[in-house]
Amino acid sequence: MSTYQKIAMTLCLAFAATGSALADEFTEADVQRWQQQFMSVVGEGRELWTSPKLGTNGVACAQCHPNAANTHPETYPKFQKQLGRVIPLWEMINWCLKNPLEGQPLAADDPKMIALQAYVTYERRGVKLEPGKH
Amino acid sequence: MNTINNSRRNFIKTAGALAIGSTLPISLVELAFAESSQNFTFAYISDAHIQHIKDNRFVRNWDRGLIRAVAETNLLVPKPDFVMFGGDLAQLGSKPELDHGAQILSALHGDVHHVMGEHDYYLDLGEYWEKLFGPQYYSFDHKGVHFVVLNSIKTYDDWTFKRWPTAEQRMLEMAGLDNPNSSPFMVGDEQRLWLKDDLDKIDKDTPVVVFSHSPLQKIYKGWNFWTEDADQVQALLEPFKKVSVIYGHVHQIQYNQIGNISFNSVMATSWPWPYPQAYAQAEQYLPKLTVPMNRADPFFERDATGWQFINVANGNADLNFTLYNNTSRIVRYNDKQKHPEDAVYQDEKARIVPQTHY
Repeated sequence: MSTYQKIAMTLCLAFAATGSALADEFTEADVQRWQQQFMSVVGEGRELWTSPKLGTNGVACAQCHPNAANTHPETYPKFQKQLGRVIPLWEMINWCLKNPLEGQPLAADDPKMIALQAYVTYERRGVKLEPGKH
Repeated sequence: MNTINNSRRNFIKTAGALAIGSTLPISLVELAFAESSQNFTFAYISDAHIQHIKDNRFVRNWDRGLIRAVAETNLLVPKPDFVMFGGDLAQLGSKPELDHGAQILSALHGDVHHVMGEHDYYLDLGEYWEKLFGPQYYSFDHKGVHFVVLNSIKTYDDWTFKRWPTAEQRMLEMAGLDNPNSSPFMVGDEQRLWLKDDLDKIDKDTPVVVFSHSPLQKIYKGWNFWTEDADQVQALLEPFKKVSVIYGHVHQIQYNQIGNISFNSVMATSWPWPYPQAYAQAEQYLPKLTVPMNRADPFFERDATGWQFINVANGNADLNFTLYNNTSRIVRYNDKQKHPEDAVYQDEKARIVPQTHY
């Protein structure tokens, strides 16, 4: 047995001993739990979307985008002619935060940015992906 | 009062620049009656959503839209007979917002008639607005046309009087266009009785123009592009030969014909709204007749906003849209087809790509 095999064997035994789940096996309850996790982030996103506190002038995303309409998450990444390059959705969200909301941009992995994208995409569920579409 | 002083200065600057400019974005259409001495125009400005930040600070973007509409309206030659303001002067109905909006509007030359919007109403149920602008519903006659102004943004008494712990919360709940805690707009029994009485005295050949904030037709309930008792109001207008309903609220171009009634929406000076079909989860009924406005380019902050002047040619309303950062549009009543239509884009083949909303 090589060193690697020994390590692998040890790891397997360790996981078996702690009762960890096997990969690719999950239950209906797991699926529901994950969906709930997702929906709670969607809910946080909706809170932020309608909040006057995301920027500095009291303007909220929802003022121009009720139900996140006219945001078209299904078309990103796409060429944004005004910026002259291909961008992902979060960069366009930051553009809005800086301009109409007169606020600060968020990091791509900021939980608030993730929540905003989860909400926008959820409102657009069922629409086919059309990356690049203007 | 720095902001107000700034607004004044900027207003003068804008007006000056426009007056000097060689190409004014304004052309003039007159109200054409059989008797040309009866021709007249009026201007329509709507949905300014003046938004108070704190102390003397207001959202600059929305201020600019209204200031520009006022400046351009003053440049109309010949002068419009009067100006309509279509409601939602304020964002959250506060005194500072209504005062600041009224101050900007005070630069308009001539008479201004006001329509109540939900953003003006739900803080104090229109009390301060009435002090500034007069009654919430009324009618007047001008050169052979009977004009009616309705407060169409009322709702169920339970919602207005019993549901919310504070007036501020009530205002916030109604201010969210897509807020599921909101409530459908309506004209209500009291005003419909008044309207019936008002119209009983009018000859049925007299052209009637009704101004409301919400559409007096049902388009999409989820965003209150809707008036709950629209059918009952339409029934009261049915006996008249020529009726036009002109409404704000929707921040986009819409038009329709139901029987004898032509419907036209006006643009906002603040920001554009998506057409309901852009919300994938919604069922909605945008009138088939409507050729949409262009999709907004957010990088031009005044794009897809604007104001309009109106021509009631032989008793039918023609709308001339002055669209900032965009080509002007004319939606005119077609006497043969008996409905409003766009002067350029009505034919399917004449439409352009930015008019596709998805």
